[in-house]
Amino acid sequence: MKALDGVDFTLGEGEIHALLGENGAGKSTLIKVVTGVFARDAGTIRLAGREIAPRSAKDAVDAGIATVYQEVNLLPNLSVAQNLYLGRQPTRFGVVREGEMKRRARALLLDYGLDIDVGAPLSSYSVAVQHITAIARAVDLSARVLILDEPTASLDRHEVEILFNVMRKLADRGIGIVFVSHFLDQVYEICDRVTVLRNGRLIGSREIAELPRLDLIRMMLGRELAETTHERAASQPDTAREVCVSFKNYGKQGYIAPFDLELRRGEVVGLAGLLGSGRTETARLVFGAERADSGEATIDGKAIKLSSPRDGASLGFGYCPEERKTEGIVADLTVRENIVLALQARRGLHRPLSRREQDEIAMRYIRMLDIRPPDPERPIGLLSGGNQQKALLARWLATSPKLLVLDEPTRGIDVGAHAEIIRLVRELCEQGLALLVISSELDEIVTYSNRVVVLRDRAHVEELKGEAVEVSSILAAIAADTAPAQEAAS
Amino acid sequence: MKASTSVAITAVVLVAGFALCALQFPNIASTRVVANLLTDNAFLGIVAAGMTFVIISGGIDLSVGSVIGFTTVFTALAVERWGIPPFAAFALVLVLCALFGAAMGAVIHVFELPPFIVTLAGMFLARGVSFLLSTESIPITAPIYSAVSDFAIKLPGGGRLTAIAIAMLVILVLCALLLHLTRFGANVYALGGSRAATALMGIPVGPMTIRIYMLSSVLAGLAGIVFSFYTAAGYSLSAVGVELDTIAAVVIGGTLLTGGQGSVIGTFLGVLIQGMIQTYINFDGTLSSWWTKIATGVLLFVFIALQQGLMALARRSSLKPAGTRPVAAKPAGAPT
Repeated sequence: MKALDGVDFTLGEGEIHALLGENGAGKSTLIKVVTGVFARDAGTIRLAGREIAPRSAKDAVDAGIATVYQEVNLLPNLSVAQNLYLGRQPTRFGVVREGEMKRRARALLLDYGLDIDVGAPLSSYSVAVQHITAIARAVDLSARVLILDEPTASLDRHEVEILFNVMRKLADRGIGIVFVSHFLDQVYEICDRVTVLRNGRLIGSREIAELPRLDLIRMMLGRELAETTHERAASQPDTAREVCVSFKNYGKQGYIAPFDLELRRGEVVGLAGLLGSGRTETARLVFGAERADSGEATIDGKAIKLSSPRDGASLGFGYCPEERKTEGIVADLTVRENIVLALQARRGLHRPLSRREQDEIAMRYIRMLDIRPPDPERPIGLLSGGNQQKALLARWLATSPKLLVLDEPTRGIDVGAHAEIIRLVRELCEQGLALLVISSELDEIVTYSNRVVVLRDRAHVEELKGEAVEVSSILAAIAADTAPAQEAAS
Repeated sequence: MKASTSVAITAVVLVAGFALCALQFPNIASTRVVANLLTDNAFLGIVAAGMTFVIISGGIDLSVGSVIGFTTVFTALAVERWGIPPFAAFALVLVLCALFGAAMGAVIHVFELPPFIVTLAGMFLARGVSFLLSTESIPITAPIYSAVSDFAIKLPGGGRLTAIAIAMLVILVLCALLLHLTRFGANVYALGGSRAATALMGIPVGPMTIRIYMLSSVLAGLAGIVFSFYTAAGYSLSAVGVELDTIAAVVIGGTLLTGGQGSVIGTFLGVLIQGMIQTYINFDGTLSSWWTKIATGVLLFVFIALQQGLMALARRSSLKPAGTRPVAAKPAGAPT
């Protein structure tokens, strides 16, 4: 897999340019290449006509490319003024001229509409102020290009407004700004142009004024509609099917709005929506990885306790998280050890699985899921992404679960393995498992889902059933004007 | 600011403790006792100043006690056996200490090793070398030593502010200026705040680390020289465990063990508190001198708990949306 495949990106002077794409689309890779964190193996970077080749963050800053990350990379224990001038404080005979530094810092921030005490530690201010301080420092170091990586993710509406004013001012001064965000409303509000990446490839670059929202989402999520006449397993949602678990008014404040959800045996429910729309949040609530603060979950009408992953596991729920490498596999352990992990955890330490049982289980799933190479003693970190995913599936299947939650099961795996995972999902479903699957690939969701829940701005907004499960209808539900919902969510 | 709060608390503890001591033993409140306290703890004050830099930068230096021991032995040998003039011997030993500290800093930075391990190795190394040099106590009889011991500024009330006490006070003032008023000092705080962010802001993290450990070792060397004046001898077993007393003084002085916050004046107060406890126990006469350690331990525990409490409070207040308004926003609880 290429992380970034021959992408062109052009930023004009004084332009605010949105860089969009789902997880793994290549946004951060592009930024890291431009700022010298990653080395590129092909292509050139030109700044005002001159070719540059930054090899470190400092190189990029010297060249005039400054980056402000979502996590503010400043020093919370120092004063605002020190943060602005660290390493270049005004001095006289080696002594920092504190008064002069504060005066300059104050004047600099006033320019950004901030009238604050610059002698106070940075940590005593809100994230918005910290962001603006970071931007002020970056721009003051003679930046010509400013990259803002998800700067608004932890800001409230009012703070976003302050930040946008600053961005507009800087653009007026001729600074080119790259704005990475997954809030489409904000993109439409502030940006001039938008470039969309998907799977490391350039999908397109357009003037925002000439790009309807629906088209933008289509660029981000799916192929052209014409391609998506897929063969569907669209058996009618069968209400006669046995209900596995149902959630009523289930939600958590500031995390996801209360939702109703019924999961049935032998049925796949797909969760569709943009990045940050609340898909993973729903999955984590369903599994118990996050504790709900409203509503109730019931099995056969009886309320169940679901406040920790342990509760989920003991109810027969399984969860394959999206971050396979950090939350799923234990890279240094063997395939066998990874597969028996959940089963052993459920049995408890007092009833260890014998080595023979472990071998049997591992071999059974290696054969059943066609994990390659079929060597149970190989450290799982050495397997390809697709095979790691299968081993993770095996881990939960070994516990004979009733419900399996899969978060982006096909992310970052090659095309062949992709099709196989999809086939597996269908097969498991036919065996009577209840499945809840998250995916950004709408074709994929349409292929295996009996029902699709569409999410937007951390709320379930629509449930599509039967014939209504189509890429176009999902897109329409996602693209419906999000402005009012956005207000409510923040 | 939070930092000044901790220093204020330390100062209050010192004043209150001194008042209690003076109530029980009125003689304690004399310039004589106070001047002696400064003389007795001169070497501790100097080495603690260096440790303050290290701890604020997020590191730790366990080698300082051994470096003091090494310095006393090396100086005694150089002056008494090898016939090197005292001031040349001082210069030589300080250069050796600087190289030693720079090497530890370089190892910490280049191999990304925890300072704890590297300076622990340095501690064994320096102590081992001093044993290699000599295992017995070597008295120093050079004329400069008796001249320095005789020198003192007479204070009203019979106290004598000795040369080594003056040396400590001067070094502390210089260190305070270096830490609080220079770019170097600001970088030390920055490193303690976040190494990664400091590097991203273009500060040369490697050279800074090397200089900080170099500073600490040179100050330990100076403390060793002062110690040799204090005891008029060089002994490889001197200053065993002093690194821990030093760390205790620094932490009691309000410096955060996790780095990013602290002050030289706080450290000075921390040294005085330890000295005060020692003085009280001497006055009492019936208590074992090991009670100093117990009292220091209790104080240390109380101060660390206090710091955590203050941090938690600060975290809670920083959750308030302070300063979100574009104009005339004031931070929560920052009187500066």
